[in-house]
Parts: sequence; C-alpha cells; structure tokens
Amino acid sequence: MKLKPNIATSEAGFIFNPATGDSFAANPLAADILARAKAGLDAAAIKADILTRYDVAPGQLEKDWDDLLAQLRDFNLLDGSGKWEAGSEEQAMGKAK
Amino acid sequence: MKQPYERPTLRKLTAGALHKFGPRAGAAPTTALDGVPVAELVARFGSPLFVLSERQLRRSYQAAVRAFGTRYPAVQLAWSYKTNYLNAVCRTFHQEGAWAEVVSGMELEKALLNGVPGPHILFNGPGKRRAELERACEVDAVIHLDNADELHLLLDVAVGRATRPRVALRVNLDAGIYPQWDRFGFNLENGEAWQALSRVVASGQLALVGLHCHIGTYVLQPKAYGTAATKLAAIALRCQRELHTAVQYLDLGGGFPSTNTLKGAYLPAADTVPPLDEYAETITNVLLGAGFPADELPLLVLEAGRALVDDAGSLIGSVLANKRLADGRRATILDFGVNLLFTSFWYDHHISPTREFSDHTEPTVLYGPLCMNIDQLRDSIALPLLAPGDTVVVHKVGAYNMSQWQQFINLRPNVVMVDEAGAVHLIRAAETLEYLQQLERVPAHLAGPRLSS
Ligand SMILES: Cc1ncc(COP(=O)(O)O)c(C=O)c1O
Repeated sequence: MKLKPNIATSEAGFIFNPATGDSFAANPLAADILARAKAGLDAAAIKADILTRYDVAPGQLEKDWDDLLAQLRDFNLLDGSGKWEAGSEEQAMGKAK
Repeated sequence: MKQPYERPTLRKLTAGALHKFGPRAGAAPTTALDGVPVAELVARFGSPLFVLSERQLRRSYQAAVRAFGTRYPAVQLAWSYKTNYLNAVCRTFHQEGAWAEVVSGMELEKALLNGVPGPHILFNGPGKRRAELERACEVDAVIHLDNADELHLLLDVAVGRATRPRVALRVNLDAGIYPQWDRFGFNLENGEAWQALSRVVASGQLALVGLHCHIGTYVLQPKAYGTAATKLAAIALRCQRELHTAVQYLDLGGGFPSTNTLKGAYLPAADTVPPLDEYAETITNVLLGAGFPADELPLLVLEAGRALVDDAGSLIGSVLANKRLADGRRATILDFGVNLLFTSFWYDHHISPTREFSDHTEPTVLYGPLCMNIDQLRDSIALPLLAPGDTVVVHKVGAYNMSQWQQFINLRPNVVMVDEAGAVHLIRAAETLEYLQQLERVPAHLAGPRLSS
C-alpha cells in the first residue's frame, strides 16, 4: 500500500490531503496502519503485526483490509492508479495489472 | 492479552456538519432492556427478537389516564387493537381498565376472547360485513357507523331483535389539519352527519349512544383536537335539543403521536412532539365549556394507539454483513428488515449498539435481509463500527409493527414480554415452516414426484 507522498498523517488519526484540501479522521487502527505504511512497511508485515496484537481472525482482517483500501482509493489517497505491491490486494480484487 | 479489535476506517471531515442532530445519541449502547441483558435475551430467544416492556405499557396507559382523568370527570380509554393485538399486550391494557376498539370481525372475536364484555367493545371500520354486524349485535358491542349503506344494512339486521343495537356515528370533519381524513364516517360540514343522525333516531330501531371522530394519526397539533371536540360537542347538544337524544359519549379517536422521529424531520421528536397533557388540556377545556349541564357531561372516550404502545416495544437484531456500495458509502445488512419493521417507512427509528465502541462512527445505510430494493431501514445513520454478529436495539417499535409485519422471505421471530419483576415471558413463539404450511393444500396431481417426459 502506498499513500500519496504529500498526504499528512498525525498520530491522533488526522489525515490531510494538501492537494485537495480534504481532511479525514482515521480511527486508531487505521491511523496505526497508515503510519506503518508511511514508514515503509509492506502489507504482509503490517497484517502479521495486527494479528499478534489484536483479537481478530485472519479472515476478518483480510476483509477489513480490503475495505480500508477501497476507502483510501475512494478518497483518492493512494499513490498511482493502484499499482501498489503487485500481486497483493489489487490483484486479489481482480482489478490490477 | 490481545487488544480489542475495531476495523480500520476513515471518515471524511466536512465543514458543514451533515448529521447535525442525533449521531452521538445513536452511539450510546443499550446493554439491557428492563434490566435483562440483551445478550441473555438473544441467547435464550434468538435474533431478531421483539421485546415488550410490561412496565412501560402500564406506565404509558396510566400517564394517559392521568392526563385526561385529572382534567375531566369521566374518561375511558379503548385500546385500539390493530396497533398491537398480541393478547398479552391487550390483556395488560384491559387489566388497567381499557375497553377495546376493533375494526374487523377478527378483532372483535379477539377482544371477546380476551374477556372484554361486548358493551365495552367499540366496532369501527369502513368495511363491516353483515355477519360481523350480526355478531356485534349479538354481543351488544357498539357499532360505529361509517356510511349510509352500512346504516341501512344494520337497520335490516336490527329487525326482529329483542334489543336495539347500540350505535355511534363516525363523523369526519375539518379540524384544520392537512390532509383531512374524509374517507371514514359521515361528513359534518356538508350536513351528511346530521342527516344520518336524524335517520338513526327516527328509525326507532337503533340506540344512538355516541359520536366518534378520528382526525388522523401522529397529529402534532393539539389545537386540531380542540376544533374536533368543539364540533362534536355542538352536534351532541343539537341531538339533545332537536332529536331529544342524549349522547352518552364523545369519542375523539386516537392519533396522538409517540416520540418517534418522522422521516425527514429536522429535529428529533422528543424535542418537538407536544406532551399528551397539552392534548388533554385542549380537549377537556372545550368539553367543560361546551354548554353541557355539569351533571350531564358526556363520557370522553379515547382510542390512543401508538401513544400507548410505541415506547414499550424494542426490536433486537444482529449484523449479518457489512459492505461498501459503489459510491463508497458503508452499508450494513441486518437480520430484520421492513418485513418486521414496517414503521421504518415512516420513522427514522433510533437504533443503538449493545456494547461499548470507540467514538468513531461511520455514516451507514441500514438494509434488511430481503432481496428487494425497498428493504432499507435507514438511509444514513451514524453507527459505531459494527461487526458481523454484533447486535443492535431498535427503540420504540411497539405500535403497528407486530400487527403489520409480513411473513415474507423470512418467518416471524419470537416476541417476549418482560414483566414488572424482570421475568421474561415468551408471548408469541417464532414461526416455523410447519406453521407456515399448515393451511396450504397441494392438489393431488401435484403431490407425486416430478414426472419425467
Ligand atoms: C378509528 C381509529 N381509532 C384509533 C386509531 C389509533 O390511532 P393512533 O395509533 O394514531 O393513536 C386508529 C388508527 O388508525 C383508528 O383508525
């Protein structure tokens, strides 16, 4: 997952897109995920870490992960046209290449 | 120990608050109903589940009696069966002293089986059949006449009876509200009502005991009832003067609102709906000042439906799935839809989660489980991040849902009542496929196995 480079995130979950002026509130887990993604961790590592720390089944996390990506895409916060981490989410959703 | 999980989500912040009212109120959890944990109710009776509070039924009833009874010497409530005719509900109100207001032969029989004496049953409705009128005469229920054809049918039924059938005239009138309900009863302003009254009295075959009007439902203007009371009182006095008939009761019908918020209303109903006391004040002031001699004040009858029962009903349901719509909106599918919550066509029902969540909410469309487009419970509600399996409580669903529910795609669920001591009673068991098919018959030529060509 790659956020647009100019997107600002705060620890409290405030997200700002200076290009559009849009701002967003992320809940704690979304803020945590975005911070790790910005720090360069890949999706697999972030998910593995969530599974060790949170009380959630892997299947549920996968589903919610896809939903988070859908939201990021919908809000225009992702870099490129969705070619992040080839072979991961986008492909699984049948959209990539 | 692992941390509790809540799905990751983003919410776009908008300058003008889209959901100005309500969202925070929606998020406070309802963990128990009348002291019984929601989780326990679901474990015992499943989901979805209707839960009625006997305490609230009695409270609402007593509040209505108090509102009118402290202002007027003779008041009688008649429980409007169609609002909720589960026997446990009806019997609670009858124990409190309610008569019955019915609108069909089926409801009439139900009231009799619930122990209501015939003379305490008021038979309304625009479509009474001959056999139903005969039955009403037999048990001495009061027939509220709706139209001239019905009057003539009843005159026919009355022939040869030992006692004269007791009747009231249903009157429709301009009470200053829109739309005017003119389809039920005889119109006052065009003289039809007076003509019918004259005919009833002149026939000598019917005993005129009351005048009735029901001006609408969820009527927000107490003044409209003042107008209706003024007009009914005037005809009652005219009956006395010109027809030498003393009308025993004036029935002002129902229509008093509950504190559910109408769809599209800008403010929550709790802030805008006048209290019942205002309606009582208006009506009783009119009647006390109408010119009846102090010892001949007519009995004031009220047929409040939703105002007595809405608050006492809750619906517990569960999240089946979450999804995202093409336009990015969040959608949640619940295990009940408009099949059980008919009133979601009218109301933006207040819906609560049943456990603590973080402060994060997401605007969500709430759908039921039916595969049809109209099965939408809320088009936008701010709910916490519910996960499949989470339960919710819909508040104030006691009126009309448990009589207008549909057996469509899903069977109807259990209904329980929590008594005043906190004990839970099953008052209507969940339907089964066997129950559903009990009345079906399969023609013999369709009974065998499929024919091969
Ligand atoms: C004749 C009559 N009485 C009473 C009622 C109860 O109305 P509400 O639930 O609005 O009080 C109705 C409902 O339509 C009615 O038609």
